[in-house]
Amino acid sequence: MEFPKELRYSEEHEWTKTEDGNKVRIGITAFAQDELGDIVFVELPEVGDELKADEPFGSVESVKTVSELYAPVSGKVVEVNEDLDDSPELVNESPYEKAWMVVVELSDSSELEKLMTAEQYEEMIKED
Amino acid sequence: MATLLRTPLFEIYKEHGGKVIDFGGWELPVQFSSIKEEHEAVRTQAGLFDVSHMGEFEVKGSNALSFLQYTMTNDVSKLQNGQAQYTAMCYENGGTVDDLLVYKRDENDYLLVVNASNIEKDFEWLNSHKPEGVELVNVSPEYAQLAIQGPKAEMILQKLTDTDLAEIGFFRFKEDVSLAGIPSLVSRTGYTGEDGFEIYLKTGDAEKLWRSILEAGTEDGLLPAGLGARDTLRFEAKLALYGQELTKDITPIEAGIGFAVKTDKEADFIGKEVLAEQKKNGASRKLVGIEMIDKGIPRSHYEVFNGEKKIGEVTTGTQSPSLKKNLGLALLEKEYTELGTEVDVQIRQKRLKAKVVSSPFYKRGK
Repeated sequence: MEFPKELRYSEEHEWTKTEDGNKVRIGITAFAQDELGDIVFVELPEVGDELKADEPFGSVESVKTVSELYAPVSGKVVEVNEDLDDSPELVNESPYEKAWMVVVELSDSSELEKLMTAEQYEEMIKED
Repeated sequence: MATLLRTPLFEIYKEHGGKVIDFGGWELPVQFSSIKEEHEAVRTQAGLFDVSHMGEFEVKGSNALSFLQYTMTNDVSKLQNGQAQYTAMCYENGGTVDDLLVYKRDENDYLLVVNASNIEKDFEWLNSHKPEGVELVNVSPEYAQLAIQGPKAEMILQKLTDTDLAEIGFFRFKEDVSLAGIPSLVSRTGYTGEDGFEIYLKTGDAEKLWRSILEAGTEDGLLPAGLGARDTLRFEAKLALYGQELTKDITPIEAGIGFAVKTDKEADFIGKEVLAEQKKNGASRKLVGIEMIDKGIPRSHYEVFNGEKKIGEVTTGTQSPSLKKNLGLALLEKEYTELGTEVDVQIRQKRLKAKVVSSPFYKRGK
């Protein structure tokens, strides 16, 4: 299982990738998609919606269960991955690339400092 | 935390990448490869399930039949030796104690197969109604159960035995069949909507038979399958799951298994009055299939509305792997159960549109 070094990770199994200064791309980790199994539905916010750190912003459904997505950071949604509407299986196939979920404009960049490095995240999931 | 129970095959799950979950107090595999793949294998090839958590009771003695006639909703007197029957047990008010299989092995000799989570409750219930001349024994720990299901089930299992399996008809069984040298009770029954067999054998033989069946079937596309696929398969075929479609507050008539309730049988039975009334005049609630019109997946216990009025609940729902549609079974007030009726399902903060559709969602071709 891969955990790219350039990403930062949340306790709720989201990854973030910082882009052009103020923007952050968000998705779920390889570990999260593997735990969920075959993903069949992804519900995301709309462009313009405000995310609040640690609060739900959408959900991912596998055949068996529903799992909420928790915002790793606060900010305004500026892009949503509409490919996931028709191809939710991308979350299983390409969790860090094709299955990014939203891009947000950070409202508080200090929130990024609370996130984990790849090593710290791997350490955390090993303990579970 | 209470210790979880394990079947004799627990150690083998890991060999196949099984992902284990707590299922009603049992540590069981929800999937091996993927629910979708396992589901597909059962619909097109075959799947092998460990269902050793199911409970088995022996009922013997000169009053065994009258005892079963009194506690079961189906007409057990219709069973011939070597035949199995699906039935329910009900409370006086018609609510369901459990749904189960009754196997008639011989005159005055029956085997009941009950749901794992209900073993203790069922045993106490039956024991409290047991007359003189009936021996009731919980033999669950002595039995393992494997299920091989799918269009290739018979062909694969036939490789392991000289007994002609084609001679075992639907809902018939044969005892002391030698499968890979292991004495087994082989029953043409299942919980997937496909052809296949349920195999009862001694706990200590389970691992050997599991390995033998997998070895025999791998070349034919047989996959080990978990509870996740078992649930999606039985859901598409509209086979009730106790705790969802059937509960102490839901009668078998409401849940759509009226075929297992024989209110015209001569014997009196527990719940007969209420069930006979529901059969005659129709129950006020009915289990129907729904299909989402809006985007969303219905799940157990989601509420269903007509305008502001709550008209029922989803009992099971998922994205059907065979049909790729977001489907549910829902127990609704009768007025809203006609095909095509539009209803709203409360999915988290939203009310999303769905419509009543015909069910079962899946029926295998003859």
